[in-house]
Amino acid sequence: MKTRFDAAVIGAGVMGCATALFLARGGMRVALLDRGEICREASGVNAGTLTMQMTRAALIPYALRAHEMWMNMPAWCAGGDVLAKTCPGLSVAFTDAEAVMLEERARIRREAGAPIELIDGRAAQAIEPGLADGVKLAGHCPIDGFASAYLTGRAFRVALQEAGVTLMESTPVRGIDGRFVLDTSAGAVAAQRVVLAGGVWLQDMAAWLGLSLPIKVLINQLVVTERMPPVMRTVLGVASGLLSLKQYANGTVLIGGGWQGIGDRARGGVAVRSENFLGNVRLAAHTVPALRHARVVRSWLGLEAETADALPAIGPIPGIDNAWIIGSVHSGYTSGPYMGRILAQAILGEAPELPLFPIDRLLHQRSNSA
Amino acid sequence: MIFDVAVLGGGPAGMAAATEAAHGGARVVLLEESPAPGGQVYRAPPAGFEMKPDRDRQEGDALRAALAASGADIRTGCRVWGLGGGPLMPEGEAAAPFSLSALGADGVPFTIEARALILCCGTHERIIPFPGWTLPGVIGLAAATILLKAQGILPGQRVVVAGAGPLLYAVAAKILAGGGSVVAVIDAATPAEWLRALPALSARPDLLAQGAVWRAGLLAARVPVLAGAQVTAAEGDKVLSAVRVGERVFQADALCIGHGLVPATEASRTYRAQHAHRPEDGGWVPVLDAAQRTSVAFLYAAGDGAGVRGAAAAPAAGRLAARTALHDLGFRLHHASKEDAALARARRTGAAMARMMALRPAMVAAIPAETIICRCEGVPRSEIEKAAAAGANTINQLKHFTRCGMGPCQGRMCGEAAGALLATARGVDVAEVGFATGRIPLRPVPMASILGDFDYADIPVPAPAPI
Repeated sequence: MKTRFDAAVIGAGVMGCATALFLARGGMRVALLDRGEICREASGVNAGTLTMQMTRAALIPYALRAHEMWMNMPAWCAGGDVLAKTCPGLSVAFTDAEAVMLEERARIRREAGAPIELIDGRAAQAIEPGLADGVKLAGHCPIDGFASAYLTGRAFRVALQEAGVTLMESTPVRGIDGRFVLDTSAGAVAAQRVVLAGGVWLQDMAAWLGLSLPIKVLINQLVVTERMPPVMRTVLGVASGLLSLKQYANGTVLIGGGWQGIGDRARGGVAVRSENFLGNVRLAAHTVPALRHARVVRSWLGLEAETADALPAIGPIPGIDNAWIIGSVHSGYTSGPYMGRILAQAILGEAPELPLFPIDRLLHQRSNSA
Repeated sequence: MIFDVAVLGGGPAGMAAATEAAHGGARVVLLEESPAPGGQVYRAPPAGFEMKPDRDRQEGDALRAALAASGADIRTGCRVWGLGGGPLMPEGEAAAPFSLSALGADGVPFTIEARALILCCGTHERIIPFPGWTLPGVIGLAAATILLKAQGILPGQRVVVAGAGPLLYAVAAKILAGGGSVVAVIDAATPAEWLRALPALSARPDLLAQGAVWRAGLLAARVPVLAGAQVTAAEGDKVLSAVRVGERVFQADALCIGHGLVPATEASRTYRAQHAHRPEDGGWVPVLDAAQRTSVAFLYAAGDGAGVRGAAAAPAAGRLAARTALHDLGFRLHHASKEDAALARARRTGAAMARMMALRPAMVAAIPAETIICRCEGVPRSEIEKAAAAGANTINQLKHFTRCGMGPCQGRMCGEAAGALLATARGVDVAEVGFATGRIPLRPVPMASILGDFDYADIPVPAPAPI
């Protein structure tokens, strides 16, 4: 056995990267392992929406802090950048039922700290001239925004290296023994602490430690258009949250919102489900009519993890000293870097700025500990 | 109705596959992007356009006539963009019929389903980037053959023809025959390479004779032929005005250049078939068994899209794929497979030509740092190498680091050169950097044409996430 790391973080998505980075900055020797490449799963293929209007109310305080981190990423990430940009966010209602839903959801989020105001269709069109007629009510949040999620791995890599993190890509972990020796494709890796950060694969990882932690897999579809002249300037959604729209500086428009495709933990994102592809682009074109003139160039899928109560799994693993977990954060990209920061605080023995999300509530039953 | 067999692509392999399957009693549909079946070599002229038929046209006409009489449902002028079914099913669900979504020639979208799918998708042209390759006036060799074959259009008045493989001489000869002037032929292959190919070529004396006629024509027209040479730059202010080959400069208004053919694997990648990197076949190809089966059940591939062997060898491969598909579907075949000697010869010749047209690593190595590799996104070689140094290990990661391959062509033009550059920069074999994940649409698809008429209330918006 060569080195014993202070911490081994398994899973190099946004949660794992941020946790590893802040642990290393806190003085720890950290190994960050991934079975594939850095931020090539959900963290690199999501829609990059940084909005309070799709964030669960309980996570708004976290998302607000993370939003600030994204906007200042080069400052804390050794120059690494995902081209995050603040812009107004609109969540619109086309029907009375949606207006009721919107009103309720905006109120709850506002109470949680999100600066969302309700405006009428005309006011929404003043903010977003690309918006269709027929909007009955809109939630307006001036500090939403978006990032280019595909840049996330490149952005973190620099900082991780500068902080001295040993990044082990394409190194699947097959199991962990009772003394935290990781069985990997590159041999044994020993660590004082382990952090499970494996997205939808957290369920399998938890099983290594004898835990039964059910994690649901969402197969989110995304669609992108060719570059086109400016058709919108906000990040746009609908009351139900089933649409996210934004136009990047290069002219491409990204259409998302969590419509479900085909895939699973074992195979990854297998294929776009055509009826959901159609539903998603119809909703987009209904909301921003100029999208009718777009051409779709690609679609893809990303796997999002969800716990039984759709709230995060972040904290110590009960009954196993020095084992930690992070993931299943709804709209996890938005809150990701901040979640990593507060988990690192806890692991480093500091009090986290905001409370973690302990997983005791989620564990089915303890099987025999490994 | 569910078809027994769908054939994607109506070139020589696809025409023959559809014909054979229909003769075997299957319900067959053939989907083709061009207005008529034929493919690139056996291209048909547009309706109402008369041209003196050449040998290729005659071969094509025979295949077209057989197809038309076969009873297969022939859908031309349609753009297939969506693929589903087959192995693309949720966990635990059995494979379903293949489902292909397309825009018809009339612009109306339609979807067909089939129990078996034969991919006969042909190739993309390979152009190894060089300074100025994106200037107007620079076109592919295969693109030039489309202009010349379909409607007798000259690519320019003073044309440099450059690249590798037999198309070079075919294009030069057709330009001369059409009354254009060929300023020079720049052949990447050395005379020694042609000599090495000779034994395989002699299996097809007809082709050898054809080649000799082309060459004699160039000689008579006093066209300089530079062997073992390559274009170092296309020059011009906004449009092409000169072609540089080392120290020599040729004034020209068109450059037709091609460095071989790359199998079109978008569909087999989307269906998650196993692929292998075989430079002598043109690059990444689906892995096939001896009867044209891919690794995916009821999915077959034939023709150049499954490994470059040329048009002459394609129909037999298409027929074999069709017979295999029918066998797998449970049809009783009344006639035996016959792999005749002519086919073996065609394959041998095709393989020799494919070797000559294979990617030349030295050409990729010679690309200057600032030359654009991905023209959709404007990514130069230096950015690819920078990304490699910054930790991009695979093609999919390179896309994320640089946007290389994320534009409208989705890597069809740049993918191969980018892969070779990335592999070289990393010091690994090109197979190790992999290929871009296949995703729909297969071609950019206009939103207006797929949206259709709909009411907002009818959009099946799923239940919202909890607040």
